[in-house]
Amino acid sequence: MQLIAQIAFFIVLVAGIAFFTFNIRRVIRNVKLGRKVDRSDNPGERFAKMAKVAIGQSKMVKRPFAGFLHIIVYLGFIIINIEVLEIIIDGVFGTHRILSFLGSGYDFLIATFEILALFVLLGVIIFWLRRNVTNIYRFLGNELKGWPKNDANYILYFEMVLMILFLTMNGADYQLQLNGADHYAQNAGIAGSFPVSQFLLPWFEGFSNASLIIIERTAWWLHIVGILIFLNYLYYSKHLHILLAFPNVYLSKLTVQGKFDNLEAVTSEVKLMMDPDADPYAIPAEGAEDEVPEKFGASDVMDLNQVQLLNAYTCTECGRCTAECPANQTGKKLSPRKIMMDTRDRLEEVGSIINEKGSFEDDGKQLLDNYILREELWACTTCNACVEACPIGIDPLSIILDMRRYLVMEQSAAPTDLANAMNNIENNGAPWPYNQMDRLNWAKEN
Amino acid sequence: MAEAIKVPTMAEYMAQGKKPEVLFWVGCSGSFDDRAKKITKAFVKLLHEAKVDFAVLGTEESCTGDPAKRAGNEFLFQMQAVTNIEVLNGYEIKKVVTACPHCFNTIKNEYPALGGNYEVMHHTTFLKSLLEEGRLKVEGGKFKGKRITFHDPCYLGRANNVYEAPRDLLRKLEVELVEMRKCKSNGLCCGAGGGQMFKEPEPGNKDVNIERTEQAMEVKPDIIAAGCPFCNTMMTDGVKGKNQEEKIEVMDVAEMIANAHDL
Repeated sequence: MQLIAQIAFFIVLVAGIAFFTFNIRRVIRNVKLGRKVDRSDNPGERFAKMAKVAIGQSKMVKRPFAGFLHIIVYLGFIIINIEVLEIIIDGVFGTHRILSFLGSGYDFLIATFEILALFVLLGVIIFWLRRNVTNIYRFLGNELKGWPKNDANYILYFEMVLMILFLTMNGADYQLQLNGADHYAQNAGIAGSFPVSQFLLPWFEGFSNASLIIIERTAWWLHIVGILIFLNYLYYSKHLHILLAFPNVYLSKLTVQGKFDNLEAVTSEVKLMMDPDADPYAIPAEGAEDEVPEKFGASDVMDLNQVQLLNAYTCTECGRCTAECPANQTGKKLSPRKIMMDTRDRLEEVGSIINEKGSFEDDGKQLLDNYILREELWACTTCNACVEACPIGIDPLSIILDMRRYLVMEQSAAPTDLANAMNNIENNGAPWPYNQMDRLNWAKEN
Repeated sequence: MAEAIKVPTMAEYMAQGKKPEVLFWVGCSGSFDDRAKKITKAFVKLLHEAKVDFAVLGTEESCTGDPAKRAGNEFLFQMQAVTNIEVLNGYEIKKVVTACPHCFNTIKNEYPALGGNYEVMHHTTFLKSLLEEGRLKVEGGKFKGKRITFHDPCYLGRANNVYEAPRDLLRKLEVELVEMRKCKSNGLCCGAGGGQMFKEPEPGNKDVNIERTEQAMEVKPDIIAAGCPFCNTMMTDGVKGKNQEEKIEVMDVAEMIANAHDL
């Protein structure tokens, strides 16, 4: 019986990890559909930023209440995972609390896990109330209706159930140890310290050891299987940030936010145009006629770069970007969060075509128009509030800019007023129709 | 104020075989917009006051390309940039000061990739350095004790992390500096960036400059201080839109210093 349980556990564990790996490989494959971008510079500075922003959660506390709760859940998640290590060893080898040889250190660990589990449970309940009971602007956005809202709640339910199972398992275990049950009780005394789950003991009063074992084993199994399901749910949810936030911050832009990237393809053309020695009738180099000229800007996910696509998978849909967006606050359609969600949805769609057909085939859809509307793109003031607000280094503005580049340079589809301003810049060196020769007139006026 | 102010050009300096200490990049707003021209003149007066050896490009200056770049027209941006860089490099410019955060950001951050490397300063940072070098005196004068709130221009603040220089100058004016709910890195845009200055806003339920003006009104200022010609226009319009023009003035930090000096 014990051996069967061990084998079953091993199979479940391997299957869980294998399926998760399978999906993560899909994420990596999909991200690689984007254009290459070099972020191998300044590893030290990148690491320091990751340590501060991702590991240290420095931007989360910009909103102190939500930030504080998030840090509790984050710490709980990381620290309680030490216990998962023990659970896995116990599961595979059929042992009971294998790490209990640590003695008082073990008691301290278990006590810490229990207290954290309680805090996580409370934190998650408050998160649920914030999302479902209170009226918080960033949780009311149109893009959250339907699946995204449910997804967020499922994650919270998952965490609640996992914490309750963990505490139930400990409580039943504690009672079994007190009862001196076989396999549970240890010569050295009680293994672990149970500052929270001890309060469950009155519920177990009068239970036989056999019943308690059923409760303990059920909670133990549901807890670990739950964790494996949660792990595999990540890929289907907005919750990938618990893994991707770290590489995402590491790879984020290091320069000041005002510096927008230089399009090298344009630079080479402009240099050619400005070069007095360039021969406009020069015979193109061998093979140059067959080269597809690089598309300017982005109309679909493959035109975006790999960091932008990683951004899309990393987004947790918290909406801090949208809450800070001047366009969104004044009722415009633009929501930076929706830009990220759309990018991911479209990338997933492209990915599923590749899954089915082996390679991407035009499905008559693209990111522009089918997901992100021009009206959204033109509402942006490029103020960088969204970039500043993101706790994990996502840059929705760079996607907006790349899509504007496509609209303007590939389609000449700028709004009329803006097109006029650009014509003026081209013709007379100012966005307004004033003559460049009048540029110093102000000095003579009084 | 009767006589025209003296504004030397780079061409004149070149003809005399001289090089100025700093180039004042006036920008399109500062050259053509009636409101922004006042800021330009105020800043020039301060430059004279501090005996700064400066020059402008005058008719050789052209749009930096900022609105084109942010609207997605990288071609036009780079054409403008490369042309401007040729002029600037031709004059061997080392140091640039400008009263427009958009010009400041573009020349400082986006020209280097195209061969234009200069030390670029926003006028508030430059004025602060003049103050620290003892070349310019800033005193309260008529602004002493007035309630002032500073609206952070996105392309100065969030884009380039310059938050304190304009505030330090205002403190020197002995004003009562009050901060809006949304300030510094959390500052709300005036609504003009990214090419919005030159187009109608998308449909919504409010204009961004009205939202920002309402935030400013919450702290009941006598003056909204700005550091950007676009912000200045947007906030001025916002104040008018809220019928507050009798109570609230919108002024550039440089104008306030010049006014305090009765220049």
